[in-house]
Amino acid sequence: MSAATTDWTRRTAAELADALAAGEVTSVELTQAHLDRIAAVDGDASSGVHAFLHVDAEGALAQARASDERRAAGAPLHALDGVPIAVKDVLATTGLPTTCGSRILEGWVPPYDASVVARLKAAGLPILGKTNMDEFAMGSSTEHSAYGPTRNPWDLTRIPGGSGGGSAAAVAAYEAPLAIGTDTGGSIRQPGAVTGTVGVKPTYGAVSRYGLVALANSLDQVGPVTRTVLDSALLQDLIGGHDPRDSTSIPQELPSLVDAARQGATGDLTGLKVGVVKELSGDGWQPGVKARFDETVALLVDAGAEVVEVSCPNIVHAIAAYYLVLPAECSSNLAKFDAMRYGRRVLPEGVDAPSAEEVMRASRDAGFGDEVKRRIIIGTYALSSGYYDAYYGQAQKIRTLIARDFDAAFEQVDVLVSPTAPTTAFKLGEKLDDPLAMYAGDLATIPANLAGIPGISVPAGLADEDGLPVGFQVLAPAMADDRVYRVGAAVEALLARTWGGALLAQAPELEEVAR
Amino acid sequence: MSADTLVDFDEALTRYEPALGLEVHVELNTATKMFCGCPATFGGEPNTQVCPTCLGLPGAMPAVNGKAVEAAIRIGLALNCDIAEWCRFARKNYFYPDMPKNFQTSQYDEPIAFDGHMDVDVDGETFRVEIERAHMEEDTGKSTHVGGATGRIHGADHSLVDYNRAGIPLIEIVTRPILGAGDKAPAVARAYVQQLRDLILALGVSEARMDQGNLRADVNLSLAPAGSGTLGTRSETKNVNSFRSIERAVRFEVSRHAAVLDGGGTVVQETRHFHEDTGITTSGREKSDAEDYRYFPEPDLVPVAPSREWVEELRATLPENPTAKRARLQGEWGFTDLEMRDTVGAGAFGLVEATIAEGAAPQAARKWWVAELARRAKDAGVELAEVGVTPAQVAATQALVDAGTINDKLARQVFDGLLAGEGTPEEVVAARGLAIVSDDGALGAAVDKAIEANPDVAQKIRDGKHAAAGALIGAVMKEMRGQADAGRVRELVLERLA
Repeated sequence: MSAATTDWTRRTAAELADALAAGEVTSVELTQAHLDRIAAVDGDASSGVHAFLHVDAEGALAQARASDERRAAGAPLHALDGVPIAVKDVLATTGLPTTCGSRILEGWVPPYDASVVARLKAAGLPILGKTNMDEFAMGSSTEHSAYGPTRNPWDLTRIPGGSGGGSAAAVAAYEAPLAIGTDTGGSIRQPGAVTGTVGVKPTYGAVSRYGLVALANSLDQVGPVTRTVLDSALLQDLIGGHDPRDSTSIPQELPSLVDAARQGATGDLTGLKVGVVKELSGDGWQPGVKARFDETVALLVDAGAEVVEVSCPNIVHAIAAYYLVLPAECSSNLAKFDAMRYGRRVLPEGVDAPSAEEVMRASRDAGFGDEVKRRIIIGTYALSSGYYDAYYGQAQKIRTLIARDFDAAFEQVDVLVSPTAPTTAFKLGEKLDDPLAMYAGDLATIPANLAGIPGISVPAGLADEDGLPVGFQVLAPAMADDRVYRVGAAVEALLARTWGGALLAQAPELEEVAR
Repeated sequence: MSADTLVDFDEALTRYEPALGLEVHVELNTATKMFCGCPATFGGEPNTQVCPTCLGLPGAMPAVNGKAVEAAIRIGLALNCDIAEWCRFARKNYFYPDMPKNFQTSQYDEPIAFDGHMDVDVDGETFRVEIERAHMEEDTGKSTHVGGATGRIHGADHSLVDYNRAGIPLIEIVTRPILGAGDKAPAVARAYVQQLRDLILALGVSEARMDQGNLRADVNLSLAPAGSGTLGTRSETKNVNSFRSIERAVRFEVSRHAAVLDGGGTVVQETRHFHEDTGITTSGREKSDAEDYRYFPEPDLVPVAPSREWVEELRATLPENPTAKRARLQGEWGFTDLEMRDTVGAGAFGLVEATIAEGAAPQAARKWWVAELARRAKDAGVELAEVGVTPAQVAATQALVDAGTINDKLARQVFDGLLAGEGTPEEVVAARGLAIVSDDGALGAAVDKAIEANPDVAQKIRDGKHAAAGALIGAVMKEMRGQADAGRVRELVLERLA
């Protein structure tokens, strides 16, 4: 990326921070530049990228003005003060709608900020808007959004990944330098892989979940979506840390992730032991994905790493366990959406004086999409008396076994690597009628959520057969987030030498959307 | 079930054995709620003590109130329970209009305290009530149904929900089936809840006011044929809110179950409501064991793992067991069983104890609180402790009696003065001129006057009938408006008429 470009949307967050510090640009100017870009390419449900569900131009510019005033006054600033950001629509934002991609929350404006949002605001990052997502974060393609799908900036006929397709597409389309995503089974990393962006799932508990509308509480984690590993490190350093309002948040401080990313960017991995997970790189993977993965592993070896194959045998049960734990927790979480106190209320047709139950039934029927209903039913069944032990209980045991597999693997190696997703971005609609095929796309990302460990997806090149981005995943033990940043930054640096720059620079130019 | 088909209570117990079970909810008096920082105080304007967490807003998360855990452990220890080394909260999934998350955060198979007991005294006999568990949970909000005649949802045209109570910490204390109480089952149920309330008050963890719902008892009862050694089907009478009602509810349910069983019927497992006015229970909702709450561990809360050191520290803070303390003090004070029962029954136990601590003799302290001041409290319609006189004042007043400055009759006037805010007992005596006159000059004049006015009585005394002196003493007392030293008056009368 050339720092000479005058298009502020093409700069990384770190570059924007430097430009703001050097007085080359104001926060209002670069916030406006991103708002202009959104206006030019985002479009809506019928055309364009459609990464945003709500754009808050007024709010973002007000925050940008405040940032410029702070800077002018010489106040101590966070490094990212004034750099705009997009937030997935699953995090509560005061005064800005939060719909979770669902009709049932249509029009709901939370009276409070998620802790992560509060931290962003406190650090002075203007919030551009809320990004599209699969309804209640259920899906791997952002086609399950009640407000229409997001499209992949590399090819608008393809999916941007899910559930955080909006956040990944916004970053890939240069609509935002930074975005916040949430990752329950890969919803940051898999969209990162298929859009050529960097996505990080931090250690469970490293970032507060307070104000994140839960999909599956024991799996969800908030994390960064960016164009570079350093930008992700800057963002996670900002949003991470203990929050007394989230009792699962980790009290200990993580090592500096920015330091780790800078160290990794030297490309030197001497002494690092890397494990290739046997179960996550075998048959059924798209050849182009496999090829880019193998090449990247070879680069690691060239950089001084020692690579061995390790086995995590219980990973083969990860999807089954995940699709029991997740629906169980979400069936309980979604019970509060009863149309009584917030969100959309639908009155049943042909009933004069409907009872509360009838109103709830009609509202839920109209408010929840098919995938959500499917998972509520599965989860209710899995928790019901007589089936708990057979389903939820067994799934929790598998989680334990998978965590033990990882523990054993991390006794041999420092990090584990795999392709992030088995395929590149598929066509919109291609797998909508086949939920099981959709679920299989998260095979490589789900185990990290079940075990609570951190993972990163960095762009690993383009698949030969379709010219679409491929992701490379790095996993580390819990609390060793610095390792995923160090290795991720090294992979990024090594591949940049191969390609002569950032992968995203090879994406086709987006045409302006007619307005 | 109509009342005329009931079986007489005593007769029922010739054929059936009752099994009692009590579930008592105690609302803790922590400053803040169970899972958020909202105030847990009673009675604010509706929906003013709420936040995203206790309103169950999307995204909001709970965090455990450490003070509530501390109170739960102290209650568990006071009930001789084991304290879990590791336990979790669970979600109890069910729909309830007052419950904003549509699940209640409670404890399921991992309670904080378990396997305890409490010895309950009934008419000098001791029953050991086994405590199965004491677990932590959150209260629900409160609905008010408006527009109907009964205040119930049926017939109302709208309902209002107040979430101030949602999330207030509760401890639920569950007994194992209490067997072998026979016809004493109603008294055992009552005594258990009374003793439990005393314990809660002594621990200082709740106001434990049944009328305000701080302490709510559900009464489970089943009957089985005598000698069968089995347990029958139980009914669960919800939220019985006075000691007397607990006793009556048990009696009623025994009679009702017996009638059903005698008629060859089956007792339905259901919740029932107790009616204070008629003393009967009526059917609530049918409830079977198959009701599916879909419990699972609350994923938003980390497990609670109280260290053994902390548990022992808390054990060291336990007050003396109220039942044991009562027995000890009864011995020390020399009260009869009846005197003790009256003292406790009048709500005067702690006040008598404090008055004795201020230096009054036990019988004097008891006399003032249980007779004089209890009457005044009743007339004023207030709790005895709020009658307006402190234990220190009662002790100081009695000290004046002991010193001969005033007598019991004058002491009552001292209380009048204290209640009127006229200062200390000494100040009241001085201001009202209540001190007894023992000055021979003043008394002598009054005695002479009395002799003169009652020549017949005087003659009887001169004839040696000393018992007649009382009439002259009475006349002197009347003359001196009660403020004469009666002993000295008697001496003066006898001296003059010798």
